[in-house]
Amino acid sequence: MKYILMMTGTKADFDWYATWSKRDLQAQFAFMHSFNKELKESGVLVATEGLAFPNEAKMVRAAADGSPITDGVFPESKEFLAGYWIVDVETPEQAYQLAARVSAGPSPKDRGNQPIEVRRVMSGPPPEML
Amino acid sequence: MKYILMMHCPKTGYDTFGAWPQKDIHAHIGFMIGLNKELRESGELVSAEGLASPQQAKIVRAGKDGTPVTDGVFPESKEFLAGYWIVDVENPERADAIAAKASAAPGPGGAPMNMPIEVRQVMSGPPEEMS
Amino acid sequence: MTPQPDSFEHLLRELTPQVLGAVIRRFRDFSSAEDAVQEALVAAAMQWPREGVPDNPRAWLIQVASRRMTDYLRSEMARRRRETEAALEMDQLAPPPGSASDSDQDDTLILLFMCCHSALTSSSAIALTLRAVGGLTTNEIAIAFLVPEPTMAQRISRAKRSIKDSGVRFSLPTSQERAQRLGAVLHVLYLIFNEGYTSSAGPNLQRVELSHEAIRLARAVHRMLPDDAEVAGLLALMLLTDARRPARTGTDGELIPLTKQDRALWDQKQISEGTALLTKALSKGSIGAYQLQAAIAAVHDEAARAEDTDWPQILALYDLLKRMSDNPMVVLNHAIAAAMVHGPAAGLELLHGLDNDGRLAGHHRLDAVRAHLLEMAGDHQAAIAHYRIAASRTTSVPERNYLMTQAARLNESAGG
Repeated sequence: MKYILMMTGTKADFDWYATWSKRDLQAQFAFMHSFNKELKESGVLVATEGLAFPNEAKMVRAAADGSPITDGVFPESKEFLAGYWIVDVETPEQAYQLAARVSAGPSPKDRGNQPIEVRRVMSGPPPEML
Repeated sequence: MKYILMMHCPKTGYDTFGAWPQKDIHAHIGFMIGLNKELRESGELVSAEGLASPQQAKIVRAGKDGTPVTDGVFPESKEFLAGYWIVDVENPERADAIAAKASAAPGPGGAPMNMPIEVRQVMSGPPEEMS
Repeated sequence: MTPQPDSFEHLLRELTPQVLGAVIRRFRDFSSAEDAVQEALVAAAMQWPREGVPDNPRAWLIQVASRRMTDYLRSEMARRRRETEAALEMDQLAPPPGSASDSDQDDTLILLFMCCHSALTSSSAIALTLRAVGGLTTNEIAIAFLVPEPTMAQRISRAKRSIKDSGVRFSLPTSQERAQRLGAVLHVLYLIFNEGYTSSAGPNLQRVELSHEAIRLARAVHRMLPDDAEVAGLLALMLLTDARRPARTGTDGELIPLTKQDRALWDQKQISEGTALLTKALSKGSIGAYQLQAAIAAVHDEAARAEDTDWPQILALYDLLKRMSDNPMVVLNHAIAAAMVHGPAAGLELLHGLDNDGRLAGHHRLDAVRAHLLEMAGDHQAAIAHYRIAASRTTSVPERNYLMTQAARLNESAGG
C-alpha cells in the first residue's frame, strides 16, 4: 500500500527555519540523511523529494486560449509543501509510525512536534469512477 | 530542470466530483490519462500521482514516547493536494505550459476548469564543489 | 579456460560502441542497429561463458549483429527496397572484420560526434551518448537521472529521430567543422562529469557513478585523439577534480568546501595522472579553456594545506581564462581569486559587472559568492542576507543545507 507523508509550512514557517542555529540545522540535516538512507535500504522508500522554498512558487492557470497565466501572490495562511516521502508498506499503522518519526525529528526546543499529513496514494482512478 | 505541478482541490470539490455526471467524470479522467501519455511520449514525465480523498487522511505527530498520535485533517483547511506531476523540462516556460494544460482539464459540462496549478522547482540538482 | 563474468561485461562494454559504429556505418539505421547489436550482446552473454570468448570477439559481434540486420531488412524489403539493396551491396564491399584496426576507433569517434550533434538538446545528447557510446542500459541512465525508465527510453528514441531528421552523415566531420563538433563532444562529456556528483535523493542505492563514466569516455576520446591538447586538458580537469571527491562529502552527507577538505583523502594517483597529462598538453603550445581550468585545479591540488594555495597563480590563470571565455561562472571564480590576492573589496568590485548579466539573474551562485566575499570583508549582516537568498535559489539539497549553515554560523558569531 502506498502512502504519502507530507511536510508543509507557511511562509512564516520557512522564514523561521532560515533562522535556526547552526547546531539545530546540522542535527536536522543529519537526521534526514540517515532517515532517508534507512528507508532506502529497507526497500520501503518509493520516492522522496525536497521542494524549493516557496519564494519562487507560482500559480498557473490557463487563459481562454490555453496559454499560461502566472500569479505569485498567496495568502499568509497558505501551507506550502516542503517535501514528501512515498512509502510502500503493509499497513497504514506502519505509515503512521514513519510519519511520527519524521514529526519527532530534531528542531529547536520552542516548537512542538511538526504535524505530518499522511494520505493514501491512488494507483489509478477509483474503479467506481470509470 | 525538474518541476512539481500541484493540483489543489477545495474540500468541497471532493464531494462534488463524485456527484458529476458519469460522462463528465470520464472526460476528466480521460483528459488526465491523455496528458500523462503525452508527457510520457515527450520524455518529460517523471511521476504523476493522485492522492486519496482527505476524508481518510491523517495528521500524525509523535506522542511522548514516540508513538504516533493521529488526528483527522483540520476541519478549517480549505484546500487539499489532489495530485501532482513531476516533469523534467528544458526551461521554466515549458513547465508553465504543461501546468496551463493541466489547468484546462474539463469539468462539469465539459468546460475547462482553469484550476490553479502550483508550480515549484524540485530540489534535484547535483551540488557544486564549494571553494 | 575459465570464463569470468566480470571481464565479459567489461569486454562487451568496451566493444559495444565499436560494434554499433560498424553496423551503423554499413546499414545507416541507428535504431535498428541498436536492436541488432543488443541481440548480438545477449547472444554473446549466453554463448561465450559456455564456449569461451572467440578469438576475434569484435568480429563475432559485428557478424551476428549484421546477420540480424540483414534479416530485419529483408523482411522490410517491400517498404525499404532501395535502402536494402544499397546496404547489402555495402556489406559485400566492406573490408573483413579485424583488418583495419583504426576503423573501429574511427567508428566510435564518429558515433560520438553524431550523439553530440548540435541538433540535439544537451539532455538528449547526454542520454544518447551514455547509451550508444557508454553502453549503459536505458535503465541505468534513467536511475542516474532519477527519471522512470520509459521516460528515458523516449528521450533516447527522440534523440535518435532528431539525428535522423537532421540528415547527419555517418562520417568524420570535415576539417572546417571539426573544431566546433569536437567542442560539442567535450562539452557533453563535461556536463556528464558535473552531473556525476551523486545526490542522495531517490530510492535507488545502485547508481552508476556518472563522473566515472565521463572519465571513461574522455579517456576513450584521448586514446583516439592523442594529439589534441584540449581533449587531454578535459581529461586532466576531470581527474584533478575527481581526485578531491572523497573529501567533498561529510558523514551526514554535508558538503565540505575545498578550503576545508581533509587533503589526506585526496586521490594522489589521479592527481599525478592529471598533472602529467596537463604538462604534456601544455607543451604542445596552444592553450585552451579546458587546459586552463585543469591548470587551476592542479594548483589547488598541489597545495599541502589550504593556506599554501598559490592564489596569485590561480588569479593569473583566471585572467587568461576570462579573456577566452565570457562564461559568467568564470567571472565569479575570478572574483574569488581576486579577493584572495587583493582583498575582498577587489572581488566585490568585480561582481558589480555581473549584476546586469541576464544569464545570472536569480542564479544562486552569484549570491553565494557575494555572501562569501561580504563575509571576508566583515559585512556580516549583508553576508547573512545573501547566504539566505542563495539558499532559497539553489536546486541542490546539500548546497541549500550548506548555505543555510553558513548563514546560521555567521548569525551566531554576529551575536544574532
